[in-house]
Amino acid sequence: MEIKKTITDYTGVLTLSGRLDTVTSPKLQEALAELMSSSDKIELDFSEIGYVSSAGLRVLLLGHKNASASGKTMTLKNVLPEVMEVFEITGFLDILTII
Amino acid sequence: MTQITLPARLDRLDDVFGFVGAAMQNAGLNAKRQNNINVAVEEIFVNIAKYAYPEKEGGVTIRLSVGPSKFSVEFSDGGIPYNPLLKADPDMSLSADEREIGGLGIFMTKKLMDHVEYRYENNMNILLVQKDIDTL
Repeated sequence: MEIKKTITDYTGVLTLSGRLDTVTSPKLQEALAELMSSSDKIELDFSEIGYVSSAGLRVLLLGHKNASASGKTMTLKNVLPEVMEVFEITGFLDILTII
Repeated sequence: MTQITLPARLDRLDDVFGFVGAAMQNAGLNAKRQNNINVAVEEIFVNIAKYAYPEKEGGVTIRLSVGPSKFSVEFSDGGIPYNPLLKADPDMSLSADEREIGGLGIFMTKKLMDHVEYRYENNMNILLVQKDIDTL
């Protein structure tokens, strides 16, 4: 998985590509923690993420919780249908903010 | 039928994706089905890599069989006997703060596959997952 970071004003955008799996998820966890210290609004561009496993869900849940706890927001955008299916069956559609 | 045997280690996950991915491509599976099968394959392989061999390194064999209507993946390992299908499903009604992530992987596997079966045979854990591939 590749992660590209763009920071503008108070918004930090992570553009991800590849697979969010057991091996790659820690990379996102690190990037989110780092961004959390500089940005109030975090956007994750999922347009090139074709696959999310439970390890990926764990990191997204953690990010969402940490953002909420510190009054920040974490938003996912451009989620592909095959990834949306995973969010749907696990109840994550109701937890995450997806636009 | 095609098979691969490799060390049950997390750093081999990409090899597993490569092996199963090639067969899914050959079978012409759509993105959604490939995704569903990948989820199951990762969860099972990672479970074996993390828990099957607590004291030594061990292996896992993955057998694929592709029929006209089913794509089957069978995992066998000689680790400690463990039936992951007995794990309780996570409570999906809880809010973000209360959610626990444990058990989600096997839950997803059960949801996304059409048939899931565990048996312990000749000192081996054998877990078979199947996806129907003959419908649209």
